[in-house]
Amino acid sequence: MEYPQELLENLYRTMVRIRICEESLVEPILQGKIRGPCHLCSGQEAVAAGVCAALQKDDYIFGTHRSHGHFLAKGGSLAAMVAEIYGCETGCSRGRGGSMHLIAPEQGVLGVAPIVAGTISLAMGAALASAIRRDNRVTVSFFGDGAAGEGVLYECLNFAALKKLPLIFLCENNFYATHLPLRDCRVEDHIFRISEPFCIPARQVDGNAVLEVYEAAKEAVERCRQGQGPAFIECLTYRLRGHVGPDDNIQGTHTDIRPREEVEAWRQKDPIKRFQDCLLGHGLVARTTLEQIVREAQLEVAEAHLSARQRDLPDSKDLGEYVFK
Amino acid sequence: MSSSRKLSYSLAINEALHQMMAADETVFLLGQGVKSPWYVGNTAQGLLETFGDRRVIDTPVSENGITGAAVGAALAGMRPVVVHPRLDFMLYAMDPIINEAANWCYMNGGKASVPLVIWGIINRGGEQAAQHSQALHATFAHVPGLKVVMPSTAYDAKGLLVAAVRDPNPVVFVDDRWLYGAEDAVPEELYEVPLGQGVVRQTGSDLTLVAASFMAQESLKAARDLARERIAVEVIDLRTVKPIDWELVFASVMKTGRLVVADGGWKTCGLAAEIVAMVGENLFAYLKAPVKRVTLPDIPAPASSSLEKAYYPTAETICQAVRQVLNH
Repeated sequence: MEYPQELLENLYRTMVRIRICEESLVEPILQGKIRGPCHLCSGQEAVAAGVCAALQKDDYIFGTHRSHGHFLAKGGSLAAMVAEIYGCETGCSRGRGGSMHLIAPEQGVLGVAPIVAGTISLAMGAALASAIRRDNRVTVSFFGDGAAGEGVLYECLNFAALKKLPLIFLCENNFYATHLPLRDCRVEDHIFRISEPFCIPARQVDGNAVLEVYEAAKEAVERCRQGQGPAFIECLTYRLRGHVGPDDNIQGTHTDIRPREEVEAWRQKDPIKRFQDCLLGHGLVARTTLEQIVREAQLEVAEAHLSARQRDLPDSKDLGEYVFK
Repeated sequence: MSSSRKLSYSLAINEALHQMMAADETVFLLGQGVKSPWYVGNTAQGLLETFGDRRVIDTPVSENGITGAAVGAALAGMRPVVVHPRLDFMLYAMDPIINEAANWCYMNGGKASVPLVIWGIINRGGEQAAQHSQALHATFAHVPGLKVVMPSTAYDAKGLLVAAVRDPNPVVFVDDRWLYGAEDAVPEELYEVPLGQGVVRQTGSDLTLVAASFMAQESLKAARDLARERIAVEVIDLRTVKPIDWELVFASVMKTGRLVVADGGWKTCGLAAEIVAMVGENLFAYLKAPVKRVTLPDIPAPASSSLEKAYYPTAETICQAVRQVLNH
């Protein structure tokens, strides 16, 4: 398979920006400069990057509590996101939402929210709007493996299939619903099979292989644009950090959840390192280009923190603003 | 408003839907039973034929998912009306209504709002018991970010629905099957009854009687009965129960010094409780007597007609409350 140079560089850039931005939050969290809960997606970058690369700017996405990556990959402003995480008035949600409420309507990021499975039906509604208007947009609903335990997902699978809505159910299976391993949540671990009774085509892909994710997403997007109805993609991936904050939830530490060997094994499958090896190994992109991408991301992220740390917090007299439009 | 044409409450709702869908192609209706008079009476009649099944969408029994879809469609630029033929079943949709629709504008710093009408029908009596009878407007009025309207006349049913559809925020539109046959003058043209504005249905100087929806009609009956006893009651129909027209309520209580609130919901933490609390906080010095609430008792709705009769307050219950306050 041949890919345009620009696409390969963009996939790499997107993943690197997400990783560097996520990891840049660790110190400020530990120092108490960032206080709200941050659900970092380090290790899951290939899903956001691969899916959003298959979308147009005016396509819609909805996300979850762990959506920094989705927001950035779809074109949301990194500076506005970092400012939001610090609670600044200059944040994308003016400091009213924090890490779990990111929005960039002009980029098609219609919102993210932490109620598990809570945005799946919203994404379905955006797809319904597209079906009514016949505007040829596609909507992606990002959700985690934990959402497979929520009834509303099944309501949406049914209705989206019934009305042939241009909706992609995108399950990021990172094998843990907060603290609970998948094997304690389900009798079988192939989540993508839940779409079978609704006649929705489904694929399970290596969510740490960005081109594999991209291919699956592209196929699903084409299906949606042709009016053939929804698609389901399960991406197998892993968060290198724990459920929330910098803690890695390794067994033996106070959170005591994940076996050290398991975390280590997934580190070896780091999606960015794998993609970098692939690009360099096949001589697809020059090393200097990749290094330049990393340097640019580091600079951008550092500037975002500097700007956010000026602490342009919302004025307390504006507490009651924005309850209504 | 020159028209003197009479129209029933349910057909006034129907006319509002027809006119709003014709005027604005982003308006659409979805929910259970919009194809069938079984669920929504004649409120949806003719819509499917006129606007087609892309904009009049009868849905499977999936209140949570469908209401969430209405929220998402609103975020994507549409103006949906999602109908719940019984408020009781709307409880499945509390997550999209409260967590999502109500909070969305605030938690996203005003970058997006949810122009959505969530239409829930109170459908009680007739020995339908506890899960087919609940009036839950106070539950929704409790939540920041939601507006709640409760029309008591056909005129208001049309005007409030139009205003609700045009509003850029989520509005819970609560109507009452007991009012569906009530007729009054409804102009044929498109008009709004502004959200947040109550109305004085009858002036009087002895006591202020505040009510909404079906209880506003009972209050008017009570006021007529009391007039025969030379008791002049001022009847205020709230029309919108969130935000409440406090200016109107306060002006009346300052004039009369006495207050009875009649509400078709439960007593504890209910609409009536909110009104007497606000009057107590703001107008203590004006009160000549303790206030009184006429509400449902804190009991689930019963089935048997003998119990139903004891359960639902009527014009007579309101008259008794008014007399008690005046005799204090």
